[in-house]
Amino acid sequence: MSKTKDILYAPIFANNPIALQILGICSALAVTSSLNVTVVMCIALTFVTAFANLSIASIRNIVPSNIRIIVQMTIIASLVILVDQILKAYAYGISKQLSVFVGLIITNCIVMGRAEAFAMQNPPWPSFLDGIGNGLGYSVVLLFVAAIREFFGSGTLFGYEIMTLTTNGGWYYSNGLMLLPPSAFFVIGGFIWILRTLKTDQCEAADFKIAPNNKSEPAL
Amino acid sequence: MSLRKYLDSVAPHFKNGGRLAKFYVLYEAVDTIFYTPGHVTRGDTHVRDGVDLKRMMILVWLCTFPAIFAGMYNLGLQANTALANMGLDQVDNWHGSIIGLLAGHDPNSVWDNLIYGAAFWLPIYITTFVVGGFWEVLFASVRGHEINEGFFVTSILFSLTLPPDIPLWQVALGISFGVVVGKEIFGGTGKNFLNPALTGRAFLYFAYPAQSSGDSVWTAVDGFSGATALGLASSGGLQAINDAGITWMDAFLGTMQGSVGEVSALALTLGGVVLLVTRVASWRIVSGVLLGMICTTLLFNWIGSDTNPLFALPFWWHMVLGGFAFGLFFMATEPISASMTNTGKWLYGGLIGLMVILIRVINPAFPEGMMLAILFANLIAPLIDYYVVAANIKRRIARHAQ
Repeated sequence: MSKTKDILYAPIFANNPIALQILGICSALAVTSSLNVTVVMCIALTFVTAFANLSIASIRNIVPSNIRIIVQMTIIASLVILVDQILKAYAYGISKQLSVFVGLIITNCIVMGRAEAFAMQNPPWPSFLDGIGNGLGYSVVLLFVAAIREFFGSGTLFGYEIMTLTTNGGWYYSNGLMLLPPSAFFVIGGFIWILRTLKTDQCEAADFKIAPNNKSEPAL
Repeated sequence: MSLRKYLDSVAPHFKNGGRLAKFYVLYEAVDTIFYTPGHVTRGDTHVRDGVDLKRMMILVWLCTFPAIFAGMYNLGLQANTALANMGLDQVDNWHGSIIGLLAGHDPNSVWDNLIYGAAFWLPIYITTFVVGGFWEVLFASVRGHEINEGFFVTSILFSLTLPPDIPLWQVALGISFGVVVGKEIFGGTGKNFLNPALTGRAFLYFAYPAQSSGDSVWTAVDGFSGATALGLASSGGLQAINDAGITWMDAFLGTMQGSVGEVSALALTLGGVVLLVTRVASWRIVSGVLLGMICTTLLFNWIGSDTNPLFALPFWWHMVLGGFAFGLFFMATEPISASMTNTGKWLYGGLIGLMVILIRVINPAFPEGMMLAILFANLIAPLIDYYVVAANIKRRIARHAQ
């Protein structure tokens, strides 16, 4: 895989910001109860990460190192305000549902982390791709979580009814736990479990090793 | 052929290289149910106690039996009384057909009540056992650890906390969550930091609140609604309980609404005392819970409240209501998820006692607090141990290491 492709695709599974680096969990809990909202959030975050990386990488050589965080914050905040205003203008309903979480993209660990860890050392184009890639990695996890939560919690996907709830005369009992934000922890945990079963290099070294205790014993 | 000889004769198939080596865990489980494992000490160990984890778990399992029978009797009593009051003499579902084969619906007959209770509780237990056992065997085979009798305890405790009317697929889902998320993903018995039975129960509580809490689920009669005594207390205090005709003695003996396992404080105490005497349950934890609960209740009694009648509920009522006795003897004392140090056990118990009253009295969302209190203390238990050990080290340094 070429380097450019690697920058773009590695964050999706091999170096996922949520599943491997455990960043950006807060919004993954808050905005994943319905897919519509989640998609908008993913687009917004990918946009902000990509353009923040692009802008910061372009000026990385002229920013004095001791005020770089402030500069990064200013750029990220401007982009977030931009996204927020666009959402308010064109998707007011979803903007209401996302409420404070669009504004909180500013504090999303992924945006800040990529700016500081990648964009400050790399040229604009790779940084831009890195931003897109990490946005996609974030989106993959969020969409997975949101699909499960919306499907089992409300019996719908993107608001379309798949399983009719008992409250609407159907057969499916809504799983109330899935509608509560903490359920995202379980689902993200499950995602990480699946991912690390497939990509065993992501498993952390065990703290200790337990000797197997089913060794065959001599018969009595 | 004797059983021992038979087990020995099939053993080679299950050993490495045998045809059935994959199923070694099953062979091992059956073998050790019937016979004490023939392990001898290895290495530096000199003494090996005959009472291993298996025997301990089976003892806990047996100790729940008084509560099971008292609970089943009460379940039948409540349901048959409700039926009699509604003028019905049968139940129109498959439970009803089973009951019809064996017994009638006379609330005065012990047999009828027991059969009624068994017809509702046994399917729940069997479902729990089969589904949970499936996960247990699956993980044991894949992970290479033995099937542990801990599951006997988990399954029976889980099924005892459920309302009788709960759909069986929810039972299956709950125990799956309890066993997999509460225990197996952390490495199985001995490495779980939460009580698996309570984890499964909590899952059902939050996922399907309509079928596992509220007023209409506790008596297995369609269209009958009866609040648990705690539910009554949270709306109207002691007055409401008395108005419903429940005396303290009723609550102690267990003739009131509630899940099978929690109603009879007397039967639970019988089992609990056996556990305490045999030292399977830690007396420090039990005393800690009681002490914490009594102190907190006295504090609330002293503070008083004009709007919340639960403030005035005395501690001897808290003891017999809801899942307190059940949690006290069977859930809080689970050695794996509790604190390990002796001082830690007191603190751990005290924390449960404090939390259960806080949740019951102050939190309007949850009439019962035992489950949440124990799960909360499970989370804190390692921290308690850490500070107990750290304090001990500090004290010894101050004493000797100048």
